[in-house]
Amino acid sequence: MNAVTPETPEIAIRKRPRYQLWRARKDSIARWTISIGGTLVIGAIAMIFVYLLWVVWPLFTPASVESRVELGANNETAPAPAWLALDEQGEVVSGLSRTGVVHFRSAHGGEMISSQPLATGELEVTATAFEAGKPGLVAVGSASGAVQVFEHQYAMDFSTGVETRRVVPSLEFPYGEDALLSLQAPVTHLAIADDSRALLLAAHGADGDLVLLRAAKTQNLLSGEVQIDIQTQSQGIPFGVTALALSGDRRWIYLGDASGNIHRFSSENLELQQTIAVSEHAISAVSMLLGGVSLLVGDESGALYQAFPVRDDQNQLSLQAIRSFPALQAEIVLIQPEQRRKGFVAVDSSGNVGLYHATTGEQVLDIDGQGPVAAVGLSPRANAILLAGEDGSIALYEVDNPHPDVSWATLWEKVWYENYPEPDYVWQSSAANTDFEPKFSLTPLVFGTLKAALYAMLFAVPLALMAAAYTACFMAPAVRELVKPIIEVMAALPTVVLGFLAGLWLAPFVEKHLAGVFMILLVLPPGVIAFAYLWSRHGGAFRKRVPAGWAPLLLVPVVVLLVALAMWFAEPVQAVLFGGDLRAWLTREAGIAYDQRNALVIGCAMGFAVIPTIFSIAEDAFYGVPRSLTMGSLALGATPWQTMTSVILPTASPGIFSALMIGLGRAVGETMIVLMATGNTPIMDWNLFEGMRTLAANIAVEMPESAVGSSHFRVLFLAALVLFLFTFVVNTGAEVIRQRLREKYSSL
Amino acid sequence: MRFRQWASTGAPWIWLNAAAVAALLLLVGGLVLLIAFRGLGHFWPTGVERIVYQDESGARSTLLGQVREREEISRQRLEEAGQEVPGEALDLQRILLKTGNRDISGSDFRWVLEARIVQRDKPYSAVVVERTEWGVFIGHLLGVRQGDSLVPGNDSWGAFQQAIERASRLRAEISELERDQIGEINHQLEQLRLRERRIELDGGDNPVALEEIETRRQELREQYLVFEAQLETYYEQIQRDQVVLETVDGQRVDLPLANVIKAWRPNEMSLGNKIGHFLAAGWAFVSEAPREANTEGGVFPAIFGTVLMVLIMTVVVFPFGVIGGIWLREYARQGWLTRTVRIAVNNLAGVPSIVYGVFGLGFFVYALGGSIDALFFEEALPMPTFGTGGLFWASLTLALLTLPVVIIATEEGLARIPRTVREGSLALGATRWETLWRTVLPMASPGIMTGLILAVARAAGEVAPLMLVGVVKLAPSLPVDGQFPYLHLERKFMHLGFHIYDVGFQSPNVEAARPLVYATALLLVLVTLLLNAVAIVARNRLRDKYRGLET
Repeated sequence: MNAVTPETPEIAIRKRPRYQLWRARKDSIARWTISIGGTLVIGAIAMIFVYLLWVVWPLFTPASVESRVELGANNETAPAPAWLALDEQGEVVSGLSRTGVVHFRSAHGGEMISSQPLATGELEVTATAFEAGKPGLVAVGSASGAVQVFEHQYAMDFSTGVETRRVVPSLEFPYGEDALLSLQAPVTHLAIADDSRALLLAAHGADGDLVLLRAAKTQNLLSGEVQIDIQTQSQGIPFGVTALALSGDRRWIYLGDASGNIHRFSSENLELQQTIAVSEHAISAVSMLLGGVSLLVGDESGALYQAFPVRDDQNQLSLQAIRSFPALQAEIVLIQPEQRRKGFVAVDSSGNVGLYHATTGEQVLDIDGQGPVAAVGLSPRANAILLAGEDGSIALYEVDNPHPDVSWATLWEKVWYENYPEPDYVWQSSAANTDFEPKFSLTPLVFGTLKAALYAMLFAVPLALMAAAYTACFMAPAVRELVKPIIEVMAALPTVVLGFLAGLWLAPFVEKHLAGVFMILLVLPPGVIAFAYLWSRHGGAFRKRVPAGWAPLLLVPVVVLLVALAMWFAEPVQAVLFGGDLRAWLTREAGIAYDQRNALVIGCAMGFAVIPTIFSIAEDAFYGVPRSLTMGSLALGATPWQTMTSVILPTASPGIFSALMIGLGRAVGETMIVLMATGNTPIMDWNLFEGMRTLAANIAVEMPESAVGSSHFRVLFLAALVLFLFTFVVNTGAEVIRQRLREKYSSL
Repeated sequence: MRFRQWASTGAPWIWLNAAAVAALLLLVGGLVLLIAFRGLGHFWPTGVERIVYQDESGARSTLLGQVREREEISRQRLEEAGQEVPGEALDLQRILLKTGNRDISGSDFRWVLEARIVQRDKPYSAVVVERTEWGVFIGHLLGVRQGDSLVPGNDSWGAFQQAIERASRLRAEISELERDQIGEINHQLEQLRLRERRIELDGGDNPVALEEIETRRQELREQYLVFEAQLETYYEQIQRDQVVLETVDGQRVDLPLANVIKAWRPNEMSLGNKIGHFLAAGWAFVSEAPREANTEGGVFPAIFGTVLMVLIMTVVVFPFGVIGGIWLREYARQGWLTRTVRIAVNNLAGVPSIVYGVFGLGFFVYALGGSIDALFFEEALPMPTFGTGGLFWASLTLALLTLPVVIIATEEGLARIPRTVREGSLALGATRWETLWRTVLPMASPGIMTGLILAVARAAGEVAPLMLVGVVKLAPSLPVDGQFPYLHLERKFMHLGFHIYDVGFQSPNVEAARPLVYATALLLVLVTLLLNAVAIVARNRLRDKYRGLET
């Protein structure tokens, strides 16, 4: 096309008058403008891919430590703190010394802000615990057997202006400053669970007794005062307890022992309910994950496990070990859950620190704690970790870990989620409660997409290909002139209109006339053949008046009649075969679930939408088969149909294949029809009478609500990228095949 | 010919193929007819029937309403729903009656079993009143109260119509006052607030300017009080008249004319009257704003939004698409790179539209829009100006979506120009640009125009990406108005396609809104078909014009 290179010779330009110079300059301006503009336009299109990838990328980048700041040892906290925490803004480090003094220090320089002792006398802290769902609440157990509960709070002080705001820490004692509980022996293990109705405190003493304190809160409706009603229970535990935790719903007490077992006790009566062997080594640390459902277990060898109660067939809850995490090197000494996500930090006795995420089962980050760690603190946003060494020095690690909850495995493989009886593919991106476990499995969405596309293709392909074959090979030119614009009209119908008709007209119609719809399939082909036979045999004078290639117009009333016949005939048939109503029979007798907006409706509506695409490309392919081939075949005595199947079809088959591919690409990406004509439930079932949720519809539904930059947002971008890549690959394949076909034709 | 012999020729297959064509024709025709029939039926003044029926206990009651639908239902299903079914028949007929009066009876519709109907007639005096709230009222007219005087009985129809006219005049005045004058004051007050904030952001020390803003604000408040007083008098005037109506079971309703939009007596209308009513209702549908959460009234803002968005999109996509196509065909060096680019562009036309929506939301709205806000509209933050979906971003997204279509059409148009034409032009001494501009482009214009119009048609019917980048179910104001800069690219807008989705699937009263959705769908189909028809005609015209040049 572009063989001519119209470069104007330079010498000529120099000699020409101004006008010629202007012409040449205009030419080069145009060349530059168009070249730059064109490149930019193409670049803009390429940017779509790049941008989608750029947004998705952080999902798969590993977490990292951004900085490490030494806050230095604090003489007063020496030798090492028993407990550490960071406030929401990451500005105040709170620590509890082994002597029972709470210190608040600046996270930026380590300066002391304030400090306050928990008790008037001397105190030796032997155990601490905090509530995972309400991390401000901390329980402290001492060598004297006393257990105290305090809450650390942070207020913002704007008195000097917005820019210089300060965080002011303070201590509160919601259950009084005195000891809530007194054990006979030093407290060895402690656990706390608290919500608006009750506080549950479990303490294990060195004498082997387990003491349970239940503080029921009743609020006086008139005065708003909260009355606290305290009960305690105590029981000797026959085995050596190495770790203790309380479930978030306050029903269970979990105890770990030295032989690797977890014992589940009921908090109602302190009775042993279940013992499971989680590990082969002694349990050394346990903690509840956010939400209070999952138990995290660490053992002496450094292995980490997750366990949660699962309902069995008899609807009985039993604790089960669900998954293990990549192990640390030495005995696990501390496990600290994140406060907003299902992640946690584990520390071993030699100072290795691991960041994990429970849903993915992966270790996202590995920090060298540089020596044994005495206490670990996590900021509420989990973007900073505090590690205190045995010598009392504190280091603050800024961590970049935005998307630990998404991994290749959670996107595509079965995952065992909390409260589920078995591993499953689940898409559930949001829920009302904040401690919810997001479930980002793209598998059910991809499944739904393919299911919708498959049923659409089942409807569209036979109709479109048969119609294309007839239009290209047998139809009279006059009729062709009429049919082609009608198909163009079909292509131009907005999909939102098709979706609306499918959802509000077709779905109720199909539900009501289900038998009739299937009857049409049964009646139409034999009916048409019967008519054709009668027509060719007994058509007589009429037959001669209808020229060849006008059959479709002749068949229009026949098809209408046959459809009406099928609808009418369906009533008695279903009365006899299905006891009156096929739709009711399906659910009652066959046990097949039926949604009003189902795959059958989608198949018809989306099939309708892809028919014109398939039709026009296939028609081009059929029509492009060189006349010489068909003429030759006919001249050799083949019937028109033999010519069709043995000459035209093989020659056009690459084109037909590419038509199918492009049709498939369109069906996969169609949004509005699926959105409006299915229930949009992400189920995985090939059932023709149930709905699905597709990638595209899912994006349309959830994108406006997702928070920018969140894992959900990026996973939706990933869904878009998957759609993009799929259609791109399919269309490229189709295009390459089509070009090959063109070359083949040109050689014939 | 025996059947087997006939079948062996393959003729049945050919007939089946023909039947597929027939089925396609029927599907398209049936669909368009279905939409047209249901959509247009919305405007037709259906007669009002009075139905006396007997319920299970034998008590009789009377209903007044328009028959919307008649369907067959099996006894089994009725009994499953817990109804007692009279007679023996296995299948029964029932009718859906639109009884209106939602404020009194709680719902607009009633299903009535035909077997229970004792008597049916069409009372001459039945009145249908379209109201600003609660849907239509169906009943009888008792009289019109104008101030203190009451026009009773049958003579009141004329008075009623006059009162309606007066009320709608007043309503127009009120809305003009509220929208134009008071809207202008609010707009200026908002501008002042932004200016004040700007000064604050710049360091906050400009007492002269702040003083000026304060006096100006005072002035505007005074103006506002004047308009408010005026509005008050209008409201008093519009509250003056009332129409006294009676439901079919004898309940008296005093309806202020402020709430009446239109009233008609369908049973006494002649065919001419009905056609007049039909046309007027159709016009009102395309020219008025929606009411009652979009389930009543017209779709003018949606039409306006659709057209404006498509126009802006066209302005963007046309030059870029054409330049892209020209570059690819005329200027880029042909090789594997251009071949790859060509295939890629071709494929982009097949990438799902929702993907473009996601890109538009992420890149245009959040990234670009967020930066624009931070740079130029800092004073309005945290309220986003361009950092949220809007007309401009929607147009850009659709421009990107249709760009491949225009590029491909331009390329194909250029490819069809024979090489001899170019060579002739160059041989006569024209530069490359002159050849392109004077010779090649005019010849390729039919192809380019067709591509553009097809792009427009595609854009007009596309909804999925728009849901992410700025379409809303109810926009408070049109994107074009009398306030500087007149065209508000950042505003959210309404769209016909989204209107269908929203009213058909998200509205609280889907059943009542359904005819309106059909009408909207019909409108959208007409618009896209019209655009396609224009594309075809334009293509043929231009092709004829330049036919002589083609080889």
